[in-house]
Amino acid sequence: MNQAQAKQARGGISIRNVSKIYDPEKTAVAAVLDCSIEIAPGELHVICGPSGCGKTTLLNAIAGFHSITSGEIYLDGELLCGPGKPQATPGADRVVVFQNGALFPWKTVLDNITYGPVIQGRMKKEEARDVARDKMVMAGLSGLENSYPGELSSGMARRVEIVRALVNDPAVLLLDEPFRGMDDLTKSIMHESLLEIYDQTQVTFFVITHDVEEAVFLGSKVSVMTTRPGRIKESITVDISRPRDYRVLTTDGFRGLMGEVVDAVHDEAQKAFEAGEREIA
Amino acid sequence: MLTGFALFFSIWLLAVDVFQFWRFRYMPGLAEVVEEWTARKPQYGISLFTSEYYSHIWVSTRRVLIAFTFALGLGVPLGLIMGWYVKFKEFTFPVFETLRPIPILAWVPLAILMFSSEEGPVIYLTFLSAFFATTLNALLGVQSIDRDLVRAAYCLGSSRADVFRHVVIPGAMPYVFIGLQIAMGVAWFSLVAGEMIAGRFGLGYLVNTAYTTARYPTIVIAMFTLGFIGWLTSALIRMVGNRLMQYRARVLSTG
Repeated sequence: MNQAQAKQARGGISIRNVSKIYDPEKTAVAAVLDCSIEIAPGELHVICGPSGCGKTTLLNAIAGFHSITSGEIYLDGELLCGPGKPQATPGADRVVVFQNGALFPWKTVLDNITYGPVIQGRMKKEEARDVARDKMVMAGLSGLENSYPGELSSGMARRVEIVRALVNDPAVLLLDEPFRGMDDLTKSIMHESLLEIYDQTQVTFFVITHDVEEAVFLGSKVSVMTTRPGRIKESITVDISRPRDYRVLTTDGFRGLMGEVVDAVHDEAQKAFEAGEREIA
Repeated sequence: MLTGFALFFSIWLLAVDVFQFWRFRYMPGLAEVVEEWTARKPQYGISLFTSEYYSHIWVSTRRVLIAFTFALGLGVPLGLIMGWYVKFKEFTFPVFETLRPIPILAWVPLAILMFSSEEGPVIYLTFLSAFFATTLNALLGVQSIDRDLVRAAYCLGSSRADVFRHVVIPGAMPYVFIGLQIAMGVAWFSLVAGEMIAGRFGLGYLVNTAYTTARYPTIVIAMFTLGFIGWLTSALIRMVGNRLMQYRARVLSTG
């Protein structure tokens, strides 16, 4: 129990007044402006907003792929980036699962999964393989050890990528529109599979999506982001018990919450659309 | 494949031996070439049964292999480093891009001045053309790598050296092998050019002397030999590439 609690205490993210100004040609464009979010350890936090609102900018700042212009981001009380250190250092405590998938095509599934622990020198190759095999069973991937990523379906590939992230025992998993471009059927299976993995791990999940149903079905909390410059418009706590399965999709509670999120997102999508029109006109 | 060859040979046979078109009057015919090539006592001195034929082949192949090895050993690392270290590319690439378009024949005088030996200039010219092809393709290979793969590697705890070894090198590999195949092609091209001008042996030299001494079937024999060996060396590179990149072969076959 103590160990579980200690684990629970990892993965708290605090985003405080973060702004990101892109200024390539002296035409300052604010992608994110004065954005603050508090994410509790072990929470599945979904950021939902119209396309181009700066969701990915936020994720890249946490992962350490981009600098921020002002504000601070903390992970478990330690400064990731802020004044004097504009860009976080990428590391295995915050592993990203990419929108278009980023498995190494030249490594087998097993070698992809063991890559992290071995390269960090945390495990010997054999040990890492044992751990990887266990996790693969958990995620319904056994039998694929020696396949190459190109031989997998998009759903399988995404699951492998999630497992590859989790073997590093990260504090946070950052998922950037992980199910974009999948058909509805695959997507709903992937949602359940992700929740199953989440329920077993207690890692903080930071998920980006523009799909409202996905946001409410997965999330413990859904933060709706405004259109550019992005900031948090509203944070909605999803009060539906876990484990969840597809049956909650039709309950009144779920529909009610979805209505709330849709209201918030719809306004922003409308504004984004009109802003787009203006730019063209 | 066989149909293609059959068609090609019949057109040749018809054009030269049967119809004797005006333009083809001095061309050696198919029958004449085959006869000469397989003769135990060839009329013009070169056939499958003369040791001279094989010494020409050996000399040319050796030159290409030496030049190619240097192009591989210098060009691939240079291209990879140019692709990976932006700073390094900033001051090397402009020089590289100025030298690259210079036709290989324009290098001949300098090559001869630079090397006093007989092998030197020919190998140098062959190396030079192969080198540009390997370097450029290795560079393009690095640039073709999906940025997310590099990011993923950093996320998983890689150092910069780890990323170079586990992402940049394997990621550039498909382009590197395309480059090697192109390099092998241009290497044979420059070899012949070099041998025609500065050689004493080799298939390019053979083509040239056979021409000046009016041994026309011998020219064709040397040409086909060049074609065949060129194809063989390219096929060898493809084979090695497929072996090293089995993941691609497997993905392609499962569609």
